Amino acid sequence: MDKNESKPFDAKERLKIKRHEMSSQPSEERRRNFKEVPYGYSPEEAVEEAKRCIRCKKPYCIEGCPVNINIPAFIKLIEDGDFLGAAKKIKETNSLPAICGRVCPQEDQCEKVCIIGKRKDTPSVAIGNLERFAADYEAEHGNVHIEIKTEKDKKIAVVGGGPAGLTVAGDLRKMGYSVSIFEALHQIGGVLMYGIPEFRLPKDILMRELNVLKDMGVKVFTNAVIGKTITVDELLEERGYDAVFIGTGAGTPKFLNIPGEELNGIYSSNEFLTRVNLMRAYDKSEYDTPIKIGKMLVVFGAGNTAMDSVRTGLRLGYDDARVFYRRSRKEMTARLEEVHHAEEEGIKFEFLINPVRFIGNESQNVTAVECLRMELGDPDESGRRKPVPIKGSEFTISIDAAVIAIGTNANPIVPNSTPGMDLNKWGHIIVDENTEKTTKKGVFAGGDISTGAATVILAMGAGKKAVVAINEYLETGIW
Amino acid sequence: MYEIVVKKSLGEGVNLYGIYAPDIASKVLPGQFVILRVSDKGERVPITVANADKKEKTITIMVQTLGKTTHMLSELNKGDSLSDVVGPLGVPTEIEKFGTVVCIGGGFGIAAVYPIAKALRDLGNNVISIIGARSKNLLLMENEMRSASSEILIATNDGSYGTKGIVTDVLRRLIYEDNLPINRVVAIGPVIMMKAVSDLTRERHIKTMVSLNPIMIDGTGMCGACRVLVDNKIKFACVDGPDFDGHLVDFDNLMSRLKFYKEEEKASYECHMKEHHNKV
Repeated sequence: MDKNESKPFDAKERLKIKRHEMSSQPSEERRRNFKEVPYGYSPEEAVEEAKRCIRCKKPYCIEGCPVNINIPAFIKLIEDGDFLGAAKKIKETNSLPAICGRVCPQEDQCEKVCIIGKRKDTPSVAIGNLERFAADYEAEHGNVHIEIKTEKDKKIAVVGGGPAGLTVAGDLRKMGYSVSIFEALHQIGGVLMYGIPEFRLPKDILMRELNVLKDMGVKVFTNAVIGKTITVDELLEERGYDAVFIGTGAGTPKFLNIPGEELNGIYSSNEFLTRVNLMRAYDKSEYDTPIKIGKMLVVFGAGNTAMDSVRTGLRLGYDDARVFYRRSRKEMTARLEEVHHAEEEGIKFEFLINPVRFIGNESQNVTAVECLRMELGDPDESGRRKPVPIKGSEFTISIDAAVIAIGTNANPIVPNSTPGMDLNKWGHIIVDENTEKTTKKGVFAGGDISTGAATVILAMGAGKKAVVAINEYLETGIW
Repeated sequence: MYEIVVKKSLGEGVNLYGIYAPDIASKVLPGQFVILRVSDKGERVPITVANADKKEKTITIMVQTLGKTTHMLSELNKGDSLSDVVGPLGVPTEIEKFGTVVCIGGGFGIAAVYPIAKALRDLGNNVISIIGARSKNLLLMENEMRSASSEILIATNDGSYGTKGIVTDVLRRLIYEDNLPINRVVAIGPVIMMKAVSDLTRERHIKTMVSLNPIMIDGTGMCGACRVLVDNKIKFACVDGPDFDGHLVDFDNLMSRLKFYKEEEKASYECHMKEHHNKV
C-alpha cells in the first residue's frame, strides 16, 4: 500500500482544517508590475487543503462545474500525493486546467455548491486553487505529451482560437479527429491572449497549454479571418472539412454613445487590453506598441473586463486609476476576488455615476469628463434597480484617459458571410442549447458568439457540449 | 510565412512589394486592405492592396518608409518573409455602372485607387483619373492608371509634371470650368486631400467616396481603435469601411486621431535608426 494513501474518512477531523489561501505578491509591489498576483500552493499546502474535502456521497461540485470535472477524485489524488494523477484526472474533462484554475469564477460554480461551504464557519474547499496547483505541477514535473490512439478520417475546422475553440479542438483531437484552428489574429488564445492580463494569466502558462494542443497534432492557421480570407462554405465544400465549429467570441465593443467619445485617449476595453496584452505595450524595450500614460485613468463599467482594465492602467503607471459605475456596489458583475484585489492595490470605486460627455483640448485629446450622479429606482428588465439621474448633480473631473468596459455587440464578419445560419435579434448565432448546432447543417457554434459576453468557462462548457454533438454527427451522419 | 517575391524601388524611400499570399490573392477586391507585421514583435500595420495576381498567388503593396516598421520592411529583400499578413479586410469598394467617375489618387493613394479605377472601367464607366504627387519622380503607377482610365490628368506641387498645383485644382477646373457632368468621385490620398475634394464636390452634390486609414489593431471589428465619425455616428473603418461618403466624414477628428502617437512613433524610429546605424 502506498505510504501516501489518505487516512480513513473522518469528516469531523477534516472540517477542523482551515482553508488555505494562496500567498500572493504584496499589493504595494504588485500594483506597479505585471507579474502574477497569487503565487500558488506549495505541495504541502495543497495536500493540507485537499484534506478538507469530505468526499460527500453526492458531490454537488461536479454539477457546479460547467465541464463536470470529477472534483472529489482529483482532490483525493492530491491528498494521496499523486499530483500527476490529479492533473490527469482533471484533463479527462478539461483540457486547460492551468487556465481554469486561474480565471474561473469558482465562487459561483463548484465552490458555491460545496457542502462544507454551506455550513456556517467552514468555507468551501479551495477547488480552483487545487486545480491550478495540479496543472502547474504537471507542467513542471510531468510529461504532458498526449498520445492519440486511433486516427479518424474526418476533419473539423474550428473558427477562433479562444476558450471555446481550444476546448473543441483539444477534445476532438483526443478522439482521433483531424482538427484545424483558424485564428484571425497572429496568435491563438483569443480573450486569454488579448484580453486577460499577464498578472491574472501569465502568457507563458497560456503558451504552455497551447503547445500541448499543437503537440497533440492540432493544426493552427493564424491570420485567417473566416468570412474574409476563407468562408465557412468554402471550409465545408472546398477544403474538405466535415464539420465547422464557430467560436469567434466577443464581438465589437460597445461605446457609451455620448458626445466626445471619438476623442484621443478614450479606449474600448478591448483596445486598451489588446495593446497591453497581445501587443505587449508594457514591454517597451522589446515591442513596438505605443500607449500613453498620464495622471488619471477612469474606467466605465463594473465587470471583470473593467477590473482588468483599471488594474492594467495602474500597472502601466497612471497615478490614479478609478472605476466609475452607474449602479451601486451590489450590482457589480465582476468577481469579488477581482474587486478585492483591485481595492487592495489602491483602486478607487465610485458608484452611481454616469458620464454625459467627454471634453477635449485643441489636439482633440480628452482632458475631462462630465458626469451625473444617479440614484437607484425601480428594478429594470435585468431585475436590478435602475439608476436614474439626480437633477442638477453634474460635475466635471479631469482625466487623461478613459476606458469603456460596458460590453460588446456581436461581430458581424462570420454571420454575414455564412448564408443559412440564423441569428437572433442581437446578431448572435442561434444554437440548440444541448448540442450547439446552428441552423446550418454541419455548423456548430458556442461561446460569446452565441450567448453574448460571458465567461471563459461557460465558453468551454459550450465547447464540451459541441464536442459530443459533433462526434455524434460525424459518426452517424445524422443532423 | 509570407515571402516577398518581388521588390522594386520606386524611388525616394518608396518600395513595391509582391508578397506570396494565396488565400488573400484569390479573394481580394478593390478597396480592401491587409494588415501586416514585419517581425514577431512588431506592430500591426494596415495597408491597401494595390493589385493581386491570382495565378502567381501574390498581392502587391506599395509602402513608403516613414517609421520603424516601414524601415524594417524596406530592409527586407526578395526571398525574405514577413511574419504576418492577414486579409483581405474591409468592405470592398462599391463597383457599379455609375457613368462618369473621377478617380483621384494623391501620393500613396494612387496605389489604392488604381484597382478601383480598373474595376470601374472594366464595368464600362467613363473613368477620368486625376493623380498627383509632390514631384514627377514621386508619381506612382502612371502607366497603370493611364490604362485604367479614358483620360488621365496629372498635378505636381512643384510643377515638374502636369498641372502645377494639387489634384483639387484639377478637379475644380473639371467641375467649374469644363462643367463636366460627374456621377461619382472616388478620392484616396492624404486626409487633407480627401477633405478638400469632399468640400469641393459637396456644393455640387457629387457623391464622393473616400477611403479612410485610421490607426488599427486587429482589423476585424474587435478593438474599436479605428473608429471614425461619419454623419456624427461612430463607425469602425475596418468593418464598416474603409470607404465612406466623404460628405459625412469628420476629417478633422480623423487627422487628430492619426497624430495621437506621433511622439512615440518618432522616438521608436529614432531609437531604431540609432541601433541600426550602430550595427551597420
